[in-house]
Amino acid sequence: MKELQPYKYSGMVRELTLTDFKLKYKASFFGYLWSLAKPLMFFGVLLVVFTKFFKIGGAVPNYPVYLLLGIVLWTFFTEASFSSLTSIVGRGDLIRKVYFPRIVLTVSASITALITLFLNIIVFFIFMAFAKVSVPWTAPLFILVLLEFFILTSGISLFLASLFVRFRDIGHIWEVTTQALFYATPILYPLSLVPEGFQKLLMLSPLAQVIQDGRYLLISNDTATAASVLGYPLALVPYALSVLIFVVGYWFFQREAYRFAEEI
Amino acid sequence: MAAAGDNIAISVEKLSKNFRIPHEKHSTLKATVLNVFRKKSYSELEALRDLDFQVRKGEFFGIIGRNGCGKSTLLKIIAGIYMPSSGKVRVNGRISPFLELGVGFNPELTARENIYLNGAILGLSRKEIDSKFDEIIHFAELEEFVDMKVQNFSSGMHVRLAFSVAIRAHSEILLIDEVLAVGDANFQEKCIREFSRFKEEKRTILFVTHGMDMVEKFCDRVLLIDKGRKVELGNPKQVSLEYSRLNALEKERREGEDVGAADGSERKIEITSVESLDEHRKPQKIFQSGDDIILRIGYRARTAVEKPVFGIAFYNDVGVCVAGPNTRTSGMVIDSVEGEGSIELRVRKNPFNEGSYYTTVVIFDWEILNPLDHIDKANSFKVVTEEKNYGGMIKLDAAWENRPAEDAP
Repeated sequence: MKELQPYKYSGMVRELTLTDFKLKYKASFFGYLWSLAKPLMFFGVLLVVFTKFFKIGGAVPNYPVYLLLGIVLWTFFTEASFSSLTSIVGRGDLIRKVYFPRIVLTVSASITALITLFLNIIVFFIFMAFAKVSVPWTAPLFILVLLEFFILTSGISLFLASLFVRFRDIGHIWEVTTQALFYATPILYPLSLVPEGFQKLLMLSPLAQVIQDGRYLLISNDTATAASVLGYPLALVPYALSVLIFVVGYWFFQREAYRFAEEI
Repeated sequence: MAAAGDNIAISVEKLSKNFRIPHEKHSTLKATVLNVFRKKSYSELEALRDLDFQVRKGEFFGIIGRNGCGKSTLLKIIAGIYMPSSGKVRVNGRISPFLELGVGFNPELTARENIYLNGAILGLSRKEIDSKFDEIIHFAELEEFVDMKVQNFSSGMHVRLAFSVAIRAHSEILLIDEVLAVGDANFQEKCIREFSRFKEEKRTILFVTHGMDMVEKFCDRVLLIDKGRKVELGNPKQVSLEYSRLNALEKERREGEDVGAADGSERKIEITSVESLDEHRKPQKIFQSGDDIILRIGYRARTAVEKPVFGIAFYNDVGVCVAGPNTRTSGMVIDSVEGEGSIELRVRKNPFNEGSYYTTVVIFDWEILNPLDHIDKANSFKVVTEEKNYGGMIKLDAAWENRPAEDAP
């Protein structure tokens, strides 16, 4: 009955994203500054704790930029997944009254977070310059890592958004889960401090792989990556997981989508 | 099928829609997991049942029914928002994906921004909106308010803007769910002109409402739905008559008949029943204007009652007494009644205009001073008319005569 017209709805994605962005940053003059302040504050606190109190960071070269990149990427992950989580339920008015591919809502929520990520990465580069860390030639490859990261995050977002329609406690469950994931991902501690057996386990997570790859490409080629920790072919697992999570998330979302209007 | 399909815009075959209403709704994962082994119980709500109809291309097709009859569910299925439980809906041509005007308007944004947002939701590209922007604003008569936030708009302005954007989404089939309730007369006229233009352009319009006026004004054909089923499909006049019958019946059912529920005190005579009958003395609640109406009052007299006077007052639905005949003023003298019996009033060629009427029935003594028994709103009936109603409560038995000046004495 309905033909797919992705081009037709790209306009809708853009307008929804623009609206989200506009409203977020129009509300107050410091709109964007606030969304920047959050990761920066977090970064500042962690930096003090881990270089002055625990002295873990002190031993690692470039620890502040490592930490900042980790936090910037992590912020995207949580922002995208949490705003996607409510993207369907929050637009019940539209869903009940208008026909359009429901995925538009979740995609535009993820893209809004992606725009913030781009702005934050610019800030990261400025910080790099101040810290006098030179950018290696591998930096442009970071785009590929971002692409994988976006696919991974979208997969999780689609899954969460459709689950949230039926189960309203997914929000709490996801909050706890992200907290666990935060500590299971080498964001504030260097991977080298983790016992070797656990290192391998942690690196299987696509989140750890993305952050470590990012650090490798943007900061220093000394960074441990999935390839160096796991070796071939195990190193392919996190990449494959990203794709798998996306495929499952997308499939699940599309399976549920036709019922959204009735269940919201 | 292909040959027939060419001028069919929407075809609905054996369409049914059930909603499952779980007795206990588990809206959390926790509750679902805890209850995973318990048998799930739910009741089925039948929203639509075996609907069959076709809408031709270029037709102005109305769907009417009372609230909760399933008409909005039907529209949602046609738009693709709900999935049918069984049966098929085939749509031939681009369909407008929305049911209500102004859905997706963001009050925080200006009219300009909302036009782009709403246009995108309706499937228009930015370029298309660019080219139609001036036209949209002009049609909505909002030139001076382009950069005003929509939250400061009056409801009329809101509807104008929404309608203006909606009609520019280039769909061949338009779904409209009660629109023209708002907006001033001037704008309504513009919309009506726009509708006629659609008709000329052979665009198909599906118009859903629970009011008859718009339907009679515009629709080529009307589908009447009640309790999810097709009641009638045909020209607006015929369907509207059926619709008012349905409404009258429903009203009857709700009001019930509290005849004979007099208080327990001993009366010499009491009214036991009040019925409205047609000319063949069959109980009837709905009459055509001009039909004979017979009202029968049943009574029971415990002892002989001398010279009773029976009276009936007819009230219309706003409580105005339209007429109040009684036996004494009509020149009837009843010497005495005892035991059970009944008395009838025949309203010859009833003069009532369309509407609901209530009767209050009274038995008086001869002096018409003391009511022996009375029942307020003992009965109600409805009068419908096929002719145009130009106001007033009754139709006069009157004739016009044209007498030009030369004929005058």
